[in-house]
Amino acid sequence: MSWDNQGGGGPWGGSGGNGNGNGSGSPWGRRPGGPGGGGQPPDIDEVIRRGQAKLRSLLPRGFGGWKAILLVLLVLMGIWAANGFYRVQPNEEGVPMVLGRFLGTTTNPGLHWNWPGPIGKVYTPDVTAENRIEIGLRTSGESSRRGASVRDMPEESQMITGDENIVDIDFVVFWKISDAPNYLFNIRNPDETVKMAAESVMRAIIGQTPIQEALTSRREDIESRTLSSLQNLMSEYKAGIQVRQVQLLAVLPPKNVIDAFDEVSRARQDMDRLKNEAEAFRNDIVPRARGEAQQLLQGAEAYRQEVVNRAQGDANRFNSVYAAYRQAKDVTTTRIYLETLEEIFSNVNKVIIDSKLGDAGGAGVIPYLPLPEIQKRRKKDDGNDSSSRGGN
Amino acid sequence: MNKLLIVLAALGAILLVVASSSLFIVEQTQQAIVLFFGKPQETIKNPGLYVKVPFAEEVVYYEKRVLDLDPPKERMILADQKRLDVDSYARYRIVDPLLFYQTTRRVSEVSGKLTPIINSSLRRVLGNETLLDILSGKRATIMVDIQKAVNDAVKRFGMEIVEVRVRRADYPDETRSNIENRMKSEREREAKEFRARGFEMAEGIRADAGKQKIVILAEANKKAETLRGEGDSQAIKIYADAFNQDPEFFAFYRSMQAYRKSIASEDTTLVISPKSDFFRFFGDIRGRQEKEKK
Repeated sequence: MSWDNQGGGGPWGGSGGNGNGNGSGSPWGRRPGGPGGGGQPPDIDEVIRRGQAKLRSLLPRGFGGWKAILLVLLVLMGIWAANGFYRVQPNEEGVPMVLGRFLGTTTNPGLHWNWPGPIGKVYTPDVTAENRIEIGLRTSGESSRRGASVRDMPEESQMITGDENIVDIDFVVFWKISDAPNYLFNIRNPDETVKMAAESVMRAIIGQTPIQEALTSRREDIESRTLSSLQNLMSEYKAGIQVRQVQLLAVLPPKNVIDAFDEVSRARQDMDRLKNEAEAFRNDIVPRARGEAQQLLQGAEAYRQEVVNRAQGDANRFNSVYAAYRQAKDVTTTRIYLETLEEIFSNVNKVIIDSKLGDAGGAGVIPYLPLPEIQKRRKKDDGNDSSSRGGN
Repeated sequence: MNKLLIVLAALGAILLVVASSSLFIVEQTQQAIVLFFGKPQETIKNPGLYVKVPFAEEVVYYEKRVLDLDPPKERMILADQKRLDVDSYARYRIVDPLLFYQTTRRVSEVSGKLTPIINSSLRRVLGNETLLDILSGKRATIMVDIQKAVNDAVKRFGMEIVEVRVRRADYPDETRSNIENRMKSEREREAKEFRARGFEMAEGIRADAGKQKIVILAEANKKAETLRGEGDSQAIKIYADAFNQDPEFFAFYRSMQAYRKSIASEDTTLVISPKSDFFRFFGDIRGRQEKEKK
């Protein structure tokens, strides 16, 4: 290290002038603040020289030398110190470090100062962004999630259920940084750790869930249990990570078995269908039977009333007739008798045979009744062709 | 004046060089060991600014945070002879940087050292467990067992296992098809059962409907016949009350009615003897009846 050829630049300027700004591990090597950085050392040299010249010209004579060097040093210190200002964006949290040590307070969005350069250091992790971990699939083209192409990762998503079946679960975990210092200082690879923990937790939970429930009814339950277990794990790790959401995307049986599962749901539909059909049949037949029963009952009721009324009518008629009959018994009887027979005989074919003729013996009349003839005649009269009636 | 400046500059430069090689910062996430010509001097675990002898002492930094390790998956045979591809992951920390330096030196070497230890521990512990144990809540205690077993083994490397977890435990590809066939047959069984149960329910419902129909009709019949009987009995009583006033006249009157009704049509052919009552006056002006009757 030679400083012979350095003008009045002093040691501080010299280190820049060496042309190796990185200073080989020297803590002062990374001189902050200089416009243009250490990339163009001759210029800086030039600037300093000119600055000194200017200073010298500004200051009264005899004042140069010591005091000038001091002033330059002060200015450089000022520039270095000014470099300690840093900005924390609204989505960030500042974690200032001094001599490698975190001082215990984080800084909110805004302008802050911390020791610059080799002494201090500031991390500004993004604490509001929700990070997304996909397990069981990869969507490429993060910006357009809708149109992105999705690649399946079966080795991540296939897991064993509580009843020793295989189920294919794709899910997404959303997390964000909740405690920046913990996030920075406790775990080297937090992102990967979240992913591994999420896989492990999901498998542990699915390992206790029968496949049918995982596929259908217990989705929300699985989501919330995974979320809380994962959050517990993260807290236990002191990872400074808050798990915001666990979202199951697709829960499916393995590809080769999907048909069988569909068949089950079809069978279930069939079961419902058969049941519904039978119920339809029942709903059809039972009310009809009730209707028929009503009909029977009403018929019977009608019969009862009819019979009773007829009986009453008949009885009343008889009573009336009887009352009249009692006034003149013999005459009435005879009259009724004769009227009745009269009416009958007037309508009927009659054959009157005196039985005495036969009784007298000898040449009596034999009563011969040609029944078939009578029937035939009657048939002709009716114009009826039913022959069976004639036989009887 | 000039001389003084040169001396000052020289002093400054020397100071700079000495400072740069004697001061060092250990970051929050780091720990370090200081070696004096290779001889371990000091282990630094707290972050901050430290001093060392320039040029003679050398600093080796190590990670202080929890590190993770993802060994490749291994095939295990469980207590119930089931085969499982187990993919574990471990989280560890370097607790003794000096020991770590002496035994392992670099973090990239860790995987080669830890993987066989973790896998053999896994094999030993899981070999005593059944698949159902691993799937069940016992998983957590199994993991703790594994962690302890591994921890004992890695202490000599200056590391501490924070956790061993089973990341994935899957059926090997060779047995997958068997598992899938079993799943299929289970589903088929279930499907058959559903259909049969549907049939059973349907038949039950139909039979119930038939029964209900018959019962409803039978009950209706019972009531109907009862009603009819009531009607008949009332009618009989009414008739009897009326006709009992004079049974003889009733017989006559009712007979007349019956004759009229039953022999009213022209079809009927009557063969009548003139001796019958109707023809009393037929050959006898005074009437036969009294004579014969008396």
